[in-house]
Amino acid sequence: MSNLITLKPRISANQGIPSIPIRTTLDNSTTVQYAGLLHQLTVKAKSTVRDIDPQNDLTFLRIRSKKHEIMVAPDKEYLLIVIQNPCE
Amino acid sequence: MEIVYVYVKKRSEFGKQCNFSDRQAELNIDIPPNPELAEQFVERNPVDTGIQCSTSMSEHEANTERFEMETRGVNHIEGGWPKDVNPLELEQTIRFRKKVEKDENYINAIMQLGSIMEHCIKQNNAIDIYQEYFDDEDAVEVTDEAPSAKTINVFRDPQEIKRPATHVSWHPDGNRKLAVAYSCLNFQRAPEGMSSESYIWDLENPNRPEITLKPSSPLVTLEYNPKDSHVLLAGCYNGQIACWDTRKGSLVAELSTIEFSHRDPVYGTIWLQSKTGTECFSASTDGQVMWWDIRKLSEPTEVVVMDITKKEQLEHALGAISLEFESTLPTKFMVGTEQGIVISCNRKGKTPAEKIVCTFSGHHGPIYALQRNPFYPKNFLTVGDWTARIWSEDSRESSIMWTKYHMAYLTDGAWSPVRPAVFFTTKMDGTLDIWDFVFKQCDPALSLKVCDEALFCLRVQDNGCFIACGSQLGTTTLLEVSNGLCTLQRNEKNTASAIFERETRREKILEARHREMRLKEKGKAEGRDDELRDELPVLNLEELVTKAEEEFFDIIFTELKRKEVEAMKKKPKPLKQPSQETDEEVEGEEEAEEERGDGEGEEGGGEESPALGGQP
Repeated sequence: MSNLITLKPRISANQGIPSIPIRTTLDNSTTVQYAGLLHQLTVKAKSTVRDIDPQNDLTFLRIRSKKHEIMVAPDKEYLLIVIQNPCE
Repeated sequence: MEIVYVYVKKRSEFGKQCNFSDRQAELNIDIPPNPELAEQFVERNPVDTGIQCSTSMSEHEANTERFEMETRGVNHIEGGWPKDVNPLELEQTIRFRKKVEKDENYINAIMQLGSIMEHCIKQNNAIDIYQEYFDDEDAVEVTDEAPSAKTINVFRDPQEIKRPATHVSWHPDGNRKLAVAYSCLNFQRAPEGMSSESYIWDLENPNRPEITLKPSSPLVTLEYNPKDSHVLLAGCYNGQIACWDTRKGSLVAELSTIEFSHRDPVYGTIWLQSKTGTECFSASTDGQVMWWDIRKLSEPTEVVVMDITKKEQLEHALGAISLEFESTLPTKFMVGTEQGIVISCNRKGKTPAEKIVCTFSGHHGPIYALQRNPFYPKNFLTVGDWTARIWSEDSRESSIMWTKYHMAYLTDGAWSPVRPAVFFTTKMDGTLDIWDFVFKQCDPALSLKVCDEALFCLRVQDNGCFIACGSQLGTTTLLEVSNGLCTLQRNEKNTASAIFERETRREKILEARHREMRLKEKGKAEGRDDELRDELPVLNLEELVTKAEEEFFDIIFTELKRKEVEAMKKKPKPLKQPSQETDEEVEGEEEAEEERGDGEGEEGGGEESPALGGQP
């Protein structure tokens, strides 16, 4: 029902997306895609929260779509992503 | 607002102040006109100039600076690997990954994140966020729109000589086709050369009929077999029953023999629910109802004569004009007659007398339509003369509900298959009325003028939305009814059944009252006979009394006379003064009486004393 990706974000000025998937239950290409896109989104969300209130910080990000729910838990260095199918 | 920068300049540094003042007008130059210059010009008269009275516009072009755009895609490749790790080599990546996994930071982070994540996952598992909450609320559409119906299509008789459309039947599957029967019902007034063809129309193509049916005699009714959509049953003008298979062509597949058929046009044909799907029955104005099996149309399987005196006399039979059969009540059927009586019959009756169960009379003219309510089969609708009536099987004396008398004759009627309280009627003036007695009882909910000529027949499609009506000139009109009239309203079933029950009860109460009143009248007539009998004994008594009195007085007088006679005999003093004699006679009488009384007291004093006592 759910798939798990653990990422290690790495700041790098070079090309490519600075995140290395450490552990994953999905196939490689999907993992890379999810990782890159979600990392960018998390960074944006974090900056949004901090812009509104500098004392605040992003603890969790949930994206609900028609097909499943994507949950992202950010950390200083790492990123935990879970994709869950709804229970019907 | 905060001040960011202050610009300072002294007033004296600005320069001298401008002062304005008024001055008189001065003539600077005066050039008079020079007429000699006019000779250099030729006057042009008339002048042709184009004038346009419109807003003057100008056209300008502008070019912005070029803005360069480029489409770029992002290729996600793994990056961010430390320099010593080559992302393409699997061994190195695995090694790196394992190293990271052992990192304490990693472990702590994962534990923390994991717990948060777990919480959210559990939330998701607990509540199904994709659940439909207000699913059942969308049926509360209050139809505020007024009922309406609009014509969708018109199918005209392609023949030159127009014949009335007498019957319409919908195709059983999908309702994409209409079978229309054409015939002229005026006795012997069918014009020369009138064709006897009937058509099956496809709803998509109103220009040409899809299939033509060619019988030997014009068709009065036409019905699709609900089980087999290729088979059609028809009743002919000459009394025969015909059967078609549309796969076989337009000629008749089976035809009943004329000796055993009806003797009058067949007005009603209905398919029966049977396992073989080949049984049907027909009714005609010759007073007979016949049952047929399609496979053997040479002879009917059963014949019932519509004679309400139950004697099977064809001469007394009533002509049948409409038939009704409900597949949920397979043994009962109803026949509407030309004389305005509905006969309810039982097919399983052993003797002909048992076959006819009861009659309902109430119409003044032929009953052109007869149909049970699809939701409440105990109530049925009849259409005839100038009214439409609703009956209940329980109340036989009269209908439970009826419409007012219209200006035009009603020709056909039908219930809506979707709403129990809605029915449709057609009239001779070409109007279609839609009645909804949950909404309004005295008038139709909607009255539509479909065409100028009379409408002869009406048929509602199974979904209740489409109505086909056939007119006198052979035009079949297809109408679509508004949503409100073909969707079941909330509580409609209950309301309709409540109305039916209430009206049935009312009729029953009225019937009971009538019966009571009739009984009372009968009782009054009987009461007068009783009084006569009472007076005779009274007379007898009087007679007896007078007789007794007479006898009584007779006895007294005879006794008195006897006493006088004896007194006269016993008088010893013959020389008495007459006056005294009278007195003495009286006294004597009295004395004599006394003496006699004393003298005869021994003899029969008992007898005398009552006589004496009785003397007045």
